[in-house]
Amino acid sequence: MTNSIGIVTPQTLHIDQPLQLVSGALLPQYDLVYETYGELNAQANNAVLICHALSGDHHVAGFHQGETKPGWWNDYIGPGKPIDTDRLFVVCSNNLGSCRGSTGPASLNPDTGKIYGLDFPIVTCRDWVNSQNALRQHLGIEQWAAIVGGSMGGMQVMQWAIDQPDKLRHAIVIAAAPKLSAQNIAFNEVARRAIMTDPEFHNGRFIEAGTNPKTGLTLARMLGHLTYLSDDMMGTKFGRELRADKLKYSFDVEFQVESYLRYQGEKFATKQNFDASTYLLMTKALDYFDPAAEFDHNLSQAFARTQAKFLVVSFTSDWRFSPARSREIVRALLDNDLDVSYAEVESEHGHDAFLLPNSHYEGIFRAYMQRVIQESASL
Amino acid sequence: MSLELTPEFQLIADWIEPHSQVLDLGCGDGTLLKHLQTTRSVRGYGMEIDPQKNIQAMLKGINVIQSNLNGHDLEHYFDPHSVDYVIMTQALQVVSRPDLLLENMLTIGKQSIITFPNFGHWKMRAQLSLRGRMPETSALPYHWYDTPNIHLCTFKDFEDLCEQKNIEVIARSVVNTQHQRTLGMRLWPNLLGEVALYKVKKRASNQA
Repeated sequence: MTNSIGIVTPQTLHIDQPLQLVSGALLPQYDLVYETYGELNAQANNAVLICHALSGDHHVAGFHQGETKPGWWNDYIGPGKPIDTDRLFVVCSNNLGSCRGSTGPASLNPDTGKIYGLDFPIVTCRDWVNSQNALRQHLGIEQWAAIVGGSMGGMQVMQWAIDQPDKLRHAIVIAAAPKLSAQNIAFNEVARRAIMTDPEFHNGRFIEAGTNPKTGLTLARMLGHLTYLSDDMMGTKFGRELRADKLKYSFDVEFQVESYLRYQGEKFATKQNFDASTYLLMTKALDYFDPAAEFDHNLSQAFARTQAKFLVVSFTSDWRFSPARSREIVRALLDNDLDVSYAEVESEHGHDAFLLPNSHYEGIFRAYMQRVIQESASL
Repeated sequence: MSLELTPEFQLIADWIEPHSQVLDLGCGDGTLLKHLQTTRSVRGYGMEIDPQKNIQAMLKGINVIQSNLNGHDLEHYFDPHSVDYVIMTQALQVVSRPDLLLENMLTIGKQSIITFPNFGHWKMRAQLSLRGRMPETSALPYHWYDTPNIHLCTFKDFEDLCEQKNIEVIARSVVNTQHQRTLGMRLWPNLLGEVALYKVKKRASNQA
């Protein structure tokens, strides 16, 4: 998996058409930043949309000019890779509310001329689908050949299949869940409290105050990161290995795992400069995702209008969104006699496995994408 | 992707009504389902535990659900009577409780089609009685210690189980490993038949 797309450049779509949000708020105008790879064919039927996860962005593959780190799913997207850019036109947009270029809490509110901060409205998966639908029209794509996403991105894929049934032929839902469990919401709430109780948070006005609630954001990320890893994998990677050669009996870092988590949290809050308000918004969007709620809490009913064919993938050691959660999705799709395939991939990497190389995962992904490519070619 | 079919699969296809809903347990690389889709226009799903076979089935464009037939996957995914045919070829003998699985298959499927190797075939009997060793044949090519076939039975055993569970045999066919049918097999199936194909359903419940 060494082939790369090479240098890629993000683009921005400015949309003046107001977006009615699920919360009731109206977003008068917004920007969506996105990247595309490969060529849209003459029939415009080879387009694949990628939906990113909580802290992800539109930079999914290839390299930005001058950067050495590729996009976050570079292992699976590129020439000859499972999502083959020689055959497919790949689109990935940054979700509204993010801090990576699309309009979000760190953007200027045109009504007030000030930074949005917590005035940025709460956004949901459905709002993201609606905004991405505007991008679809802009790109001249009648129907996506496939929409693909992992974790929160997988939820967005389901929302597409439910809300816009005739706008996609295939839905690939990886390491996702039909809704968050109480435990999932609880983890999100602790993360949000860590951010909002940081004195530097200034009720969301930290950019104007010239501060950054990085302590809170670091804690939030440490907690989140913990839920992405498995107990087994942490045991293998760190065990009880010490940072120094002997115990100090102090509150300093003693074990390697402590050092690793702190490093991950701090990198996220400082070097990667993730926006604390975006973290709040993204976790909220996750909490609110529950497509069955509108259908008497019946997930099968939620998929009643869905037409897409599905591939659902889970990972054995993922306890954040365990295989059992994916099997709920599969069951609901089967209830509607939809075409669905399901793979439960053996991995010790927990929730993070969906981003990592794995031969079974790659084999399934590649085989299914070949079906997508063949079907597009025969349209 | 050549679709070279065994006569066993062709016989199964003959038993399937066109446009029906089919579930293939232990579908392997999806050859049978692909054949049924092409020749009988069935809609269906394969269930298979092996990752490599899942990939192969997916390459054929089959809907394949990675599942463990020894667990509760079948009941989890499918409602009673939701499928026209639940098929299981050459897998009954490898599951942990064939009797319970058979019952489940006939709860979910209106009918079931099952094929399995016959342990009552004369070669088996001969190896055990004359050589005093566990049989190894072309139908069952494993050693006693590495065989996945942990619940082997004869045709008579299977039919006894059906009787006990109030299961009706709708059709039966017996073939050898070349999947031919001979007169001898028709006369002495339990002695000369190597592979059996059964089409079964639950008897309408009476107060027996």
